[in-house]
Amino acid sequence: MALVFVMIVGCGRVGSSVAKSMLSDGHEVSVLDENPEAIALLNRGQEQSWEDLGGSFTVGTALEIDALLAAGIENADAFVASTDGDNTNLVIAQIAQRRFEIPKVVVRVLDPGRAKWYAEQGLQTICPTQTAIELLERAVRGEHERRGAVV
Amino acid sequence: MYVLIVGAGKVGWNLARELIDKQNEVTVVEASRRRYEVVEEELEHNIQYGDGTELWILERAGIERADLVIAVTGDDEDNILICQVAKEKYGVERVVARCNNPRNLQHFELLGVKPAVSATDLIMRLIEHEVPKYGLVHLLDLKEERLEIIEMEVAEDSPADGSEVQDLGLPEGALVISILRDGGGFVPTGESLIRAGDEVLLVLDIGLEEQVTDRFSARAAPAG
Repeated sequence: MALVFVMIVGCGRVGSSVAKSMLSDGHEVSVLDENPEAIALLNRGQEQSWEDLGGSFTVGTALEIDALLAAGIENADAFVASTDGDNTNLVIAQIAQRRFEIPKVVVRVLDPGRAKWYAEQGLQTICPTQTAIELLERAVRGEHERRGAVV
Repeated sequence: MYVLIVGAGKVGWNLARELIDKQNEVTVVEASRRRYEVVEEELEHNIQYGDGTELWILERAGIERADLVIAVTGDDEDNILICQVAKEKYGVERVVARCNNPRNLQHFELLGVKPAVSATDLIMRLIEHEVPKYGLVHLLDLKEERLEIIEMEVAEDSPADGSEVQDLGLPEGALVISILRDGGGFVPTGESLIRAGDEVLLVLDIGLEEQVTDRFSARAAPAG
């Protein structure tokens, strides 16, 4: 993927990890979280601080347009919604898609029901619960050992 | 009418009471166990326990046959989501959403959730009406018609003070519909004289506010 501007809302374990790999791939990365302490996750395990590495971090609430603007949503090419609230993620992902017309919007949804329906409506949803269910089922059936063979 | 209410706070509980009184079939869904137990003492089988943003909870509460869904939880993202799935997934004809933070109204609008009711907004309008120190009072927004009705007090030494309605130089799309003076009101003609202290009601195309308020506010002191 060409170098782009990635915006990530929600800096927990998932958001911060995605942010760090995107930055190390050379993308421009802006992270928004309501908790100022969350930047610690971005700094963890790095030799330089997140901001010294060129990443940006904004403190603010996901639903606040001012916070989204401050974090640079107008210039984003890709948008990741990874707060700990499914409904927050679904609402801001739709704002990113419909209002700011960001070409790539990815949204984390823990509840498989909502993830499935919103995926049918055209959102790219990632459902860790559904993924875990499928992996566990495969593991129990003993399919994981020959995963390479499973299509 | 079958009404599904999500959120059994003060608003949801009282709405349920009123609607049941008026012979509607009502189900309330409440996500907090403790709150559910309190309200269940009165509403009994009319309340169910569960997270009303989960589709299976809504289905269990009969959303598919609901004539009206009212989302009145304390979280705007939840209210938006509930109304969105009600309309788009389950084909519910009418929804009403509570907007807790008026700054989120734009999100309700963007995602097609209307009407969204904001108590803060309603109270602010009442305050502005009682204390017209802001100069301009929004009486009514007719969003669909793209019109608004506002009230302005005519300031002393404003361009409007001593001017006839026809000489106000109002932009196209703005019309004075009433002048309130000395406790009474009248519908003006072009020749009606406007005086400082009058309250004028205008109907406007949305977006003309600034141009119009200039006519009724005191002229800015000349620079220097």
